[in-house]
Amino acid sequence: MTRNGLLRGGAFVAAGIAFPLLFNAAWLVNIGILTLMYAALAVSWNLFSGFTGYITLGQVAFFGLGAYSLGITFEHFGIGSGYNPFYVLPIVGACVAFASLPVAWIALRTRAMTFAIVTLTLLFIVQQLAFNLHSLTHGSSGLMLPTPTTFGVDNYDRPFYYAMLGLVLLALLICWGILRSKLGLMLLSIREDEEKARGLGIRVTGTKLVAWWLHVFVTAMVGGVWAYYLTFIYPESSVDPLVMIGAVLMTFLGGRGTLWGPVVGALVLVPAQQYMLIHLGGSQLYLVGYAAVFMVVLLVLPRGIIPSIRDGVVRTRERQRTRGGAAKAAV
Amino acid sequence: MAEPLLQLDGVVAGYGRGDILRGLDLALEDGTVTCLVGPNGAGKSTVLKVLSGLLSARQGRVVFAGDDVTRLSPAQLLGRGIVHVAQDRSLFPLMTVWDNLLMGGHVLSDRALVRRRADAIAERFELVRERRDERAGELSGGQQKLVEIARALMLEPKLILLDEPTMGLDPKARHLIFELVGEVNEEGRTVLLVEQNARAGLAIAHHGAVLDTGRVALTGRGSELLEDPRVAELYLGGAAAA
Repeated sequence: MTRNGLLRGGAFVAAGIAFPLLFNAAWLVNIGILTLMYAALAVSWNLFSGFTGYITLGQVAFFGLGAYSLGITFEHFGIGSGYNPFYVLPIVGACVAFASLPVAWIALRTRAMTFAIVTLTLLFIVQQLAFNLHSLTHGSSGLMLPTPTTFGVDNYDRPFYYAMLGLVLLALLICWGILRSKLGLMLLSIREDEEKARGLGIRVTGTKLVAWWLHVFVTAMVGGVWAYYLTFIYPESSVDPLVMIGAVLMTFLGGRGTLWGPVVGALVLVPAQQYMLIHLGGSQLYLVGYAAVFMVVLLVLPRGIIPSIRDGVVRTRERQRTRGGAAKAAV
Repeated sequence: MAEPLLQLDGVVAGYGRGDILRGLDLALEDGTVTCLVGPNGAGKSTVLKVLSGLLSARQGRVVFAGDDVTRLSPAQLLGRGIVHVAQDRSLFPLMTVWDNLLMGGHVLSDRALVRRRADAIAERFELVRERRDERAGELSGGQQKLVEIARALMLEPKLILLDEPTMGLDPKARHLIFELVGEVNEEGRTVLLVEQNARAGLAIAHHGAVLDTGRVALTGRGSELLEDPRVAELYLGGAAAA
């Protein structure tokens, strides 16, 4: 890792840990949880779609499956309360990710818009299952999860905040590792041209499935934390297309295929959305404001924030080098 | 002829319901350059796709170094030492020259070996050395083709399949590519070359094969085919070379 990369990572972790200690108002920590949730979703979406070029619109189906899996585990296996459910999360994530593989294997036989549509249908299938599998999900009545009493009233949000922060860091670490590994090169080559990648001996289906598994693993865990935080889930809230659209927009805003882009997108959009919701919520005008923020940034920085800044830095350096060269020539 | 390095026996292959290769027989001698010529649609590129595993043979057999490799995947064939440099620009344009080079060693599990080979290639190719951190898409067509061939050498292949390597290149770049083909062959590597510029291809080849409607119509030494009036008339666009 470069010195700058270490500094960036260290600053993010320090700021993330310090935030609820410095600002302990419940509403602020709540916005923090929401921001980190979207950041984790956006990073994991980017892990698959940003690196492979396959745009999935079904991520929230696995968010919902993670939420319901944790809820059902509570109800049927009595995993206790307090911190215990957090320890079950990796199992929930892994189970949902493994269960998604056959579907992914079929979906990945399609490409481009067809793949996007196929994955979009997953969202509605999972939502319908949540409505209709009454014995497991209680349908539209929703599923209650026990409220953790051990966290106390004053700092109730903090464990959830740190759990989400942990998931963002996990997703970032996975992406960082991928970008520096052979797997990263394989995924980027698939994104550029799948046939060329196949010609170089890359097992493209297997490679895409690895990325798929990892993105579902993180997404399902995020869904699990969200469900435990809310303590009540129902089909419309846990398989909400707007959650997925938000995560995708944040990734594009920050910079698809970059490490920090999705986090930056979430840090810009979620607080902006919440601010406008608080001030303009009654009139629904906040949605217009939310769209306006996105449009302004895309007009000014069309490739996303991180790539646009990076391009700007490269251009400035080149200009300086050219000027320096011209000055030397003049001397 | 000694035991051939590569032999195709009655290979039938194609796309959809149509067959492009219709019982193709061909043998390549070890350490030689063989040039495939023929009209458009004769199946020249299809032969290379079958040999690299990108297209499965429907019938027939491909034997490489004494082993039947007809049903092997592209990765397995790369492992055996058959490398394909495709007709189109096959570098990943948004990846750096260096990353493209590393991709050439993808099937090798020893990363240190990949790194050593990449360093050796950078040592050999000035272009790779100087432009390693630039995006491959920023190179000219000729430079990209040179990097593609350099990438193919990452696996130290026994057989290199070159599909129209000089297509769309200026004369200087064409000359560089043909020179490189000669160098690679002098190292003992066998080259199967499909070349749009059939005269130039046959001129550097030890052997030539004329393909017509999916079968080999004529074989011979490169120089013999160049002088054959039938070949000149039908496939070289005019009179035989003097």
